Amino acid sequence: MKLTTEELIKNIDKLSAGDRIELSGTIYTARDQAHKRLVELLESGNPLPINLKNACIYYCGPCPNAPDKIIGSCGPTTSSRMDVYTPKLLDNGVKILIGKGKRSDEVVKSIKKNKAIYLLATGGVGALIAERVKSFKLIAFEDLGPEAIYEIKIEDFPLIVGIQGDKTCF
Amino acid sequence: MIKIKTDTIINKVSELCGDINFNLPQDVYDAVSSYIKNDNSVSDDILKQIIENAKIAKEKKIALCQDTGTANFFVKIGRDVEVVDDNDEKSDILSAINKGVSDGYTKYYLRKSIVSDPLNRINTKDNTPANIYIDYVDGDKIEITMLAKGGGSENASFLKMLTPLDGWNGIKNFVIESIKLKGANACPPVIVGLGIGGDFASVGLLAKKALLRKIGSKNIKEEYNTKEQELLEEINKLNIGPMGLGGMPTALAVFIETKPCHIASMPVAINIQCHSCRRKTIII
Repeated sequence: MKLTTEELIKNIDKLSAGDRIELSGTIYTARDQAHKRLVELLESGNPLPINLKNACIYYCGPCPNAPDKIIGSCGPTTSSRMDVYTPKLLDNGVKILIGKGKRSDEVVKSIKKNKAIYLLATGGVGALIAERVKSFKLIAFEDLGPEAIYEIKIEDFPLIVGIQGDKTCF
Repeated sequence: MIKIKTDTIINKVSELCGDINFNLPQDVYDAVSSYIKNDNSVSDDILKQIIENAKIAKEKKIALCQDTGTANFFVKIGRDVEVVDDNDEKSDILSAINKGVSDGYTKYYLRKSIVSDPLNRINTKDNTPANIYIDYVDGDKIEITMLAKGGGSENASFLKMLTPLDGWNGIKNFVIESIKLKGANACPPVIVGLGIGGDFASVGLLAKKALLRKIGSKNIKEEYNTKEQELLEEINKLNIGPMGLGGMPTALAVFIETKPCHIASMPVAINIQCHSCRRKTIII
């Protein structure tokens, strides 16, 4: 099933763990250090570099792009490392999470409470995913290198619903 | 003595960094392909993506995985080799390999994943330092095996000091429980490197060296060959499956390396390798 991020957010409750989709739209990369900084900014009441309302966060630290390419390899990293920060981001408006692997009970509960969704990308297929990227732009925390926040426009990104409502596929 | 120039080592290592990150080894490609059933299952989808990814990476020179890894090198230096610089002065292979990594990870647009301090976490920006293990052997050549090891599968690895009476069953339980706990996060289907023996420091290296074997190769010790097959079957009964979503396979292979150890000890290390198993050997 092909969906845009907006269509997905409108229809979150119609999707179920295990469903296979192809997602198009704008997503933001954030890994460990970017999560830490975002939550520190939220807690200190400072402005954030991205608008979290209805945002889609992708746990990814891409390879640098060669001059003839939009982006380098860009598959998902292990989501559970971000578990401690995820509920805070969901409480502040993030609706879509993309990564790989299991999540903590707290994250599962927070996804349900916030009517959000966790999508699974296949790990170790970063070249295939790079082919679905239409644009790639640095947004914040440049000093973090691959761990900075990048805006990525994706087209037909192959994903599996990992957690939605009461169901998880692990 | 045969003289080998540091520039030669630097260039070969730099090329190797690109080569292993763009080309999935044939044995891994074949092993993954052998499980594709064309039955429209989720596990089949994932296995097909892995194969499609390998084709794209090779053709377009895009890294197989964005985590282009910690650069590990297992080096065998012939006793008749002298490493020299441009001025024919004695030089050192460790800095040559590190320079090769720095050049290669930059030239081929690979991700720089190393931080200089585990707590301060400042990126070194060229993926150095590499982990380099050196053995001295007879001959006049240098054999370099590189393993680019991703962080996700490394984080799913374990080390435990078992005791002699725990026996094979104790080892087996430790492996199964470890894979149940973290296997889904390690990008399965995985390859399991199992080190048994040595001491606390050496058993981890033993497990890592086990990952250098090709899928389909047999353990030279027959009893361990049987144990590898037994463990592989047990792991694949767990139904963790590709990316932890069930189905077959959870593991593509189990490789065991052993070493003599103390009468009181039985160290065991489990080093997990994701399906993106990037390794290659060159000879200079």
